[in-house]
Amino acid sequence: MSPTILVADDEPNIVISLEYLLKREGYTVVTARDGQQALDAMARELPDLVLLDVMMPKKTGFEVCQEIRSNEVMQAVKILMLTAKGRDTDVAKGMALGADAYMTKPFATRELVQKVAEMLGRPA
Amino acid sequence: MNRLKLDRRLVLAIVVIGVATLVWLLVTIGLIASTLAPAQLALVTEQLAPRLVLIGLTWLFGLVSIAATLRWLFRRYASAPARLLEQTQVLLAAPKAAPMDHHGTKETQALAQAIFQLASQRDGLREDVAAQIVQASQSVQQEKNRLAALMAELTQSVVVCNLDGRIILYNSRARMQFKAISSAPALAGGAELMGIGRSIYAVFDRQLVAHALESIRQRMERGAASPSAQFVTTTQAGQLLKVQMAPVRHVQSQVDEADISGFVLMLDNVTRAFEEEHLRDQLLHGLTEGSRSSLANIQAAVDMLAYPDLEADMRERFLGVVREEVHSMSERITGMTQKATEGLKARWPLEEMLGSDVLLAAQRRIQARSQRSVTLENLDTSLWLKVDSFSLTQALDYLAMRLVDEFDIKFFRLRLQASGNRGQLDLIWTGQAMSTETVMSWEMDSMRFGVESTPLTVRDVVERHGGEMWFERERVRHEAFFRFLLPLASVQEQLDASQLAPSDARPEFYDFDLFKTSDQSSALDDRLLSDLTFTVFDTETTGLSPSEGDEIIQMGAARIVNSKLLNQESFEQLVNPGRLIPAATIPIHGITQDMVQGKPPITEVLPAFYAFAQDTVLVAHNAAFDMKFLQLQEKNTGLVFNHPVLDTLLLSAVVHPNQESHRLEAIAERFNITVLGRHTALGDALVTAQVWLRLIPLLQAMGINTLRQAREAAQKTYYARLKY
Repeated sequence: MSPTILVADDEPNIVISLEYLLKREGYTVVTARDGQQALDAMARELPDLVLLDVMMPKKTGFEVCQEIRSNEVMQAVKILMLTAKGRDTDVAKGMALGADAYMTKPFATRELVQKVAEMLGRPA
Repeated sequence: MNRLKLDRRLVLAIVVIGVATLVWLLVTIGLIASTLAPAQLALVTEQLAPRLVLIGLTWLFGLVSIAATLRWLFRRYASAPARLLEQTQVLLAAPKAAPMDHHGTKETQALAQAIFQLASQRDGLREDVAAQIVQASQSVQQEKNRLAALMAELTQSVVVCNLDGRIILYNSRARMQFKAISSAPALAGGAELMGIGRSIYAVFDRQLVAHALESIRQRMERGAASPSAQFVTTTQAGQLLKVQMAPVRHVQSQVDEADISGFVLMLDNVTRAFEEEHLRDQLLHGLTEGSRSSLANIQAAVDMLAYPDLEADMRERFLGVVREEVHSMSERITGMTQKATEGLKARWPLEEMLGSDVLLAAQRRIQARSQRSVTLENLDTSLWLKVDSFSLTQALDYLAMRLVDEFDIKFFRLRLQASGNRGQLDLIWTGQAMSTETVMSWEMDSMRFGVESTPLTVRDVVERHGGEMWFERERVRHEAFFRFLLPLASVQEQLDASQLAPSDARPEFYDFDLFKTSDQSSALDDRLLSDLTFTVFDTETTGLSPSEGDEIIQMGAARIVNSKLLNQESFEQLVNPGRLIPAATIPIHGITQDMVQGKPPITEVLPAFYAFAQDTVLVAHNAAFDMKFLQLQEKNTGLVFNHPVLDTLLLSAVVHPNQESHRLEAIAERFNITVLGRHTALGDALVTAQVWLRLIPLLQAMGINTLRQAREAAQKTYYARLKY
């Protein structure tokens, strides 16, 4: 079975591209538009990896990240944080709160695909 | 009390005389009786016995007349010296002797004369000594004045405090700044926060200052050459102050140790700068983060578009993403530019200037250089501009000169008016038509003045102001003009600049003696009168019956710190009584209904006065009257005036029990105090303050040194007066 990936971002304009891209790469894709939806989708689908935007309404990516790590069921999920904040302090915070990797917007989709494959232990 | 004692002495004297005459009578009768034969004695006794009452009566009459004479003599010779004594004591304490108005016997009058001469001699000697001291201390004073003058001219706020946080020196800029952060700025004008002897902890957190001091000490101990500390703090009124602190070291201290006698605070109100910084931050933030995610969206969509096998409908959707994001990015950048030009563009340091000053400067420069007459039209004299006046007048001068050189223009006019949130400065001339291209090309040329030239162009100057400039013609009037749009100073800046008028730049804003004093742990009651801080105040009222609806219409107060009257730190406020002022009282206080119109009510004035009088002892003449008015307002304001109160009327009676009048005028006359502005609240408060300053040494001479003793002594006279 192909790995499931949750794309959580409040901007539909990025979600549409990421969804298309990841489906093309053979993943099952679930989407969420805010922090709360992301957590609900996590509990429902138990994805293998989540692409998590930092700035989201209701719950920020940081909060979602923390809740995932403190939840026994979801704990093992890989988290790749995406952010428009370019400051290294944000990267440090994300990693400290339990993200596995971090990418700053804008990014090349090729690199994203590589990173996702890497994190899931699949050959790119 | 004194009079009671005199009476007892008189009674004693009369009793002694009575007894003596009685003894004399008995002895005389006994002696005569012993010389008589028994028969004669019996006869005499028989004759006299019924008339003994007559003898007794003559004795009594004699005694009464003696007593009356004695009493008269006593009045004349014993109480006159007592009065003389008091008057002499006044002379003793007075800085300058006034002739005594003494009514007594010839002898005491002569004595009064002699005492006055002695006092005059003393004054002469004193003046000699004083003159020498003045000479000697002139240089010291000069240094102090120079320092004070220097401080006054500084555009930075400076406050010097002793270790207890009491203010020793401040400049007018600091006072203004405190006015801005005061919660009652219109009434006390910041004087309730900033004043000689006031505590800086009313403004800054004690811990904050202590922490800064501590870090300075540590730095000094490590041997730092010029240790200082910095902190930023918010005030009650929400202003942001940046404070730099430097220590005042003991001058005598030989060893370079952490021996501090006070500290200097340099204050900077950074509220506005901080707000601008914040806005800039927000803009930058919006630009980076917003653009980043838009770019990410575009990039991802473009990457998808690059797949050759993309379905047509997906292609259309990705193209839609790109279009949408490009559009939102350009919107964002447009908005940003707008904001930036509003507040952030001109980083060039501009100064606040009164518009008419800018006009004058430009007029002078153009007239001097081009030899042409320039008239001014200032349509709004209250206009404040924010300009770099030097480059602006250069630009106007340059344009005028080009007009003179190339079109032989004879007259110019400078016109200034407000236009929306900008100032509109026009350089106007009459004459032949010229093409817009010609004159507008000048703005790009480097300005040249004879041999002098600058790389600046008129355009540069305009941009420096974040303004605009153009050329316009009014064909009907054959006029043409260059119009400059210039930024206006904000209201706060106008206030700042207008209050820095040089007229009040040389105040007595310091008292270096406070370096020596320190807060004593003992309660106010046990402090020496000479060490206390007093608020001497007076009220003008609509009448004499506070409980029957009379109200305060004016309050005035002055401060005494370290036995010095601080003229700069006074409080004066008209009060709207919310009722009619009886016409009969107007000649007394000179306050009419019109004058109190629009003035704040007592419920607004009292809080300001309360803050002004904080931590001080209240002093008033016939204080009970004024206090009654204040106490009646307690319900309305919630402010309880439980300050210690001293009454100059009662204390004058303590010092001079034998004087008939203790009215303020009478006391002032006795002390030779010049009375100015009597019957305004502040005028009376100032007179009362002077009286109080004279009373302090007289009380000390009676052994009344502390506040407690003064209050007890006043109480006693009060009761004494009630008894009589």
